[in-house]
Amino acid sequence: MANITSLSVNGRKLPVNVDSQTSLLTVLRDFLNFTGTKYGCGEAQCGACTVLVDGQMTRSCTMPVGKVASKQITTIEGLEKDGQLHPLQNAFIEADAMQCGYCTSGMIMSGVALLKKNPKPSRAEIVKHMDRNMCRCGTYLRIVKAIEIASGASKEVRK
Amino acid sequence: MKEELELGSEFDLELERYELFADPIYNFTFNRRQFLRAFSGGIALLVPMSNLVTTSGQQEQGESGRGRMDQRVPNEIGAWIHIDEAGTVSVFTGKVELGQNIRTSLAQAVAEELHVMIESIRMVMADTDLAPFDMGTFGSRSIPFMAPQLRKAAAAARESLVALAAEQMKVAPAEVRIVNARFVNHDASKSLSFADVANGQKLVKTIPADVAITAVKDWTIVGKSVPKVGARDFVTGKHEYTSDLKRPGMLFGRIVRPATLNSSLVSADTKAAEAIRGVTVVRDGDFIGLAATDPQTLTRAERAIAVHWKAPGQPAAAQLFEQLKRESSPSRGGARPAGSITDGMAAADKKLSQTYTVAFIAHAPLEPRAAVAEWNDNKLTVWTGTQRPFGVRSELAEALHIPETSVRVIVPDTGSGYGGKHTGECAVEAARLARATGKPVKLVWTREEEFTWAYFRPAGVIEVSSGVKNDGTVTAWEFHNYNSGASAIQSKYAFPNQNIQFHSSKSPLRQGSYRGLAATANHFAREVHMDELAQLVGIDPVQFRIKNIQDERLKAVLEAAAKSFGWGAKKEAGRGAGIACGFEKGSYIATAAEVSVDPKTKKVKLERVVASFECGAIVNPRHLHNQVEGAVVQAIGGALFEGIDFQNGQIMNSKFSRYRVPRFSDTPPIEIVLLDRKDLPSAGAGETPIVGLAPAVSSAIFEATGQRLRSLPLVPNLS
Repeated sequence: MANITSLSVNGRKLPVNVDSQTSLLTVLRDFLNFTGTKYGCGEAQCGACTVLVDGQMTRSCTMPVGKVASKQITTIEGLEKDGQLHPLQNAFIEADAMQCGYCTSGMIMSGVALLKKNPKPSRAEIVKHMDRNMCRCGTYLRIVKAIEIASGASKEVRK
Repeated sequence: MKEELELGSEFDLELERYELFADPIYNFTFNRRQFLRAFSGGIALLVPMSNLVTTSGQQEQGESGRGRMDQRVPNEIGAWIHIDEAGTVSVFTGKVELGQNIRTSLAQAVAEELHVMIESIRMVMADTDLAPFDMGTFGSRSIPFMAPQLRKAAAAARESLVALAAEQMKVAPAEVRIVNARFVNHDASKSLSFADVANGQKLVKTIPADVAITAVKDWTIVGKSVPKVGARDFVTGKHEYTSDLKRPGMLFGRIVRPATLNSSLVSADTKAAEAIRGVTVVRDGDFIGLAATDPQTLTRAERAIAVHWKAPGQPAAAQLFEQLKRESSPSRGGARPAGSITDGMAAADKKLSQTYTVAFIAHAPLEPRAAVAEWNDNKLTVWTGTQRPFGVRSELAEALHIPETSVRVIVPDTGSGYGGKHTGECAVEAARLARATGKPVKLVWTREEEFTWAYFRPAGVIEVSSGVKNDGTVTAWEFHNYNSGASAIQSKYAFPNQNIQFHSSKSPLRQGSYRGLAATANHFAREVHMDELAQLVGIDPVQFRIKNIQDERLKAVLEAAAKSFGWGAKKEAGRGAGIACGFEKGSYIATAAEVSVDPKTKKVKLERVVASFECGAIVNPRHLHNQVEGAVVQAIGGALFEGIDFQNGQIMNSKFSRYRVPRFSDTPPIEIVLLDRKDLPSAGAGETPIVGLAPAVSSAIFEATGQRLRSLPLVPNLS
């Protein structure tokens, strides 16, 4: 089977040498050290592994790296620009939209994908888009609030 | 271990049997000798272990307290605060951060008393070589027990520093204040930094008996919504969980497991795997583990192994409740009979006997068990996500036949636990692989492994028989819990005649602690039964409860929830409301829920929830709100749809695609009403808010449909 020899992550083309069937998650975490992207289930059910592939929300755990070798991949590490957090990252802090934080990277990446295609999502649209991302600590209402803060729909901060 | 001796006491210190798998090991190895070896200079304030394990952690004075300049070091240290010669404030505690934000709350307590910014506090947590022994992070104990002791230590540290600063500035101690992390005299003409004061000191004190801590009315940091410590690292992906760690030369590990629980190894052919470059196969009894240089090689090795296991026949979920009853013991603690059931039944106008059940459920923390193990000479270091770092250290020492002093366990802030990470299976496995390979090994359990080889919340059967007068007075209460546990088996209702018992049983699956323990099951049975009694005598469920409550705090949360919910308001057709209340581990909860049930599809939708919670003086309103809300959301799963299905040694739903947990679309609007009792000591809040939802939802479904559901999860039982 053909090997993949490079991958574009967060704007940088990085050398790698892996079987094309290897999951994008494994390549990111174990070969390229982008550990902000998490493993949670391995079957695209929990969303902890969410990254952007050419701007599209993608579950990296079930995505063979061979399919994305020529595309632009963005991970949680790639959101911060010149020391400035992405507005949604700031909104997560503002809304206290996490407890253990293990789902947070995936939540933010899914939220960023949503805001890219729909900058002013309704609450129902947020819930529908985010429904395949899981938070076992139960911070869903705060995550919705964070997305609303980032979209400008809400100024109010949850207690 | 001592069991259920103090059940129902105000501070329920006794550990639920499922909280631990073995007797607590009081191996307080962080002793005087070690401390003095570790302490190089500056100022240290020690919390004696005895202060943390007594029943009234709030105000208990350590036996070592002897005035302001006591130099004695207690034999067993429970926590300590160190201001080093550079002026850095470090807090050493064995507590673990799992998302409950205890790192923040404890730092608040110390910052308050030291009069410094929270950012200047360095929390050194859950490292068995640096932090003193701690039994574990469970049972809502960190806030009522650890926080007050650290406050006192910080207050004593401040007193010592102020005295030293006064001496250096040649002013009276009463003149010295701390402003912006500097000691200043009355007109700020003189000032010293923490480093100036601590430099050249070598002062060790045990917290004195008479140390004064800041009164609640004067709190400026505690009681405030301080943001989560380290939040930025979580939103940028920088925080390293155990599963993110890398060590030089590290290998990736995997365990070869049978398809069936309780299997034993018949034969294994590992030759082909061993022949792969970069692969080590470790066999030790029934243990077969693999280590490889990268995950791809690991997968190839795993596929190259042929294993034959054998397993005994094992029971299925369908026989579970019958089995738990059949295998149960006559009685196991919890029994505190009062009055006479016979008399109580004779005095009743109506009687009711019902059986309630709860299923096994999984914690499913989003970060599965993970460990990185590394040997240096004969010393083992293991990074792992556990709620009991010192317990896991013992497990490692025992499994690997090495002294505990040769083991160091470090717990990075962890991807949650909910009571599910008390054990060290993964740590032991990683350490075994690391020893065999001579290299650091990382092992991360798969989701299927986490669902299958961890442990579950105990399933249970609860039988309730009661008698009630037409005026709503409950006259008799007989309550038998089989297997699920004794937590909150006693209630705050004033039942004059009661017989309450817990019966242990033989569980077909490995079971253990779960957030709130059996308080969820016992509240479910009790509160649904109360609702049934209210209906039997035709009294409103809120009024019916109030009639039987003497505890003012319980009444207060119930009334607060009813008021915010708009209890008694008219509802649309197909909708119903339910309410429940309870007490556990020093805190009070009342939960009201409204559901709609589609008459055709029978789809149950949780429309809204109001939860009213009181845990004494609030330490951090924002994080408390988050914690209560999270508990309500987690409770939705156990109430409506979570349940482990098993058959003949196999977990049939060991994946998220088969095991449904609450999601965004399951989460209704939730209103949290926090009652701040500044006059009462702060209790923990991580567990109790979970107990009220299931009974409230069951009663709401009853109002909507007329069907009384007495088994958790509820949805599959709706016909």
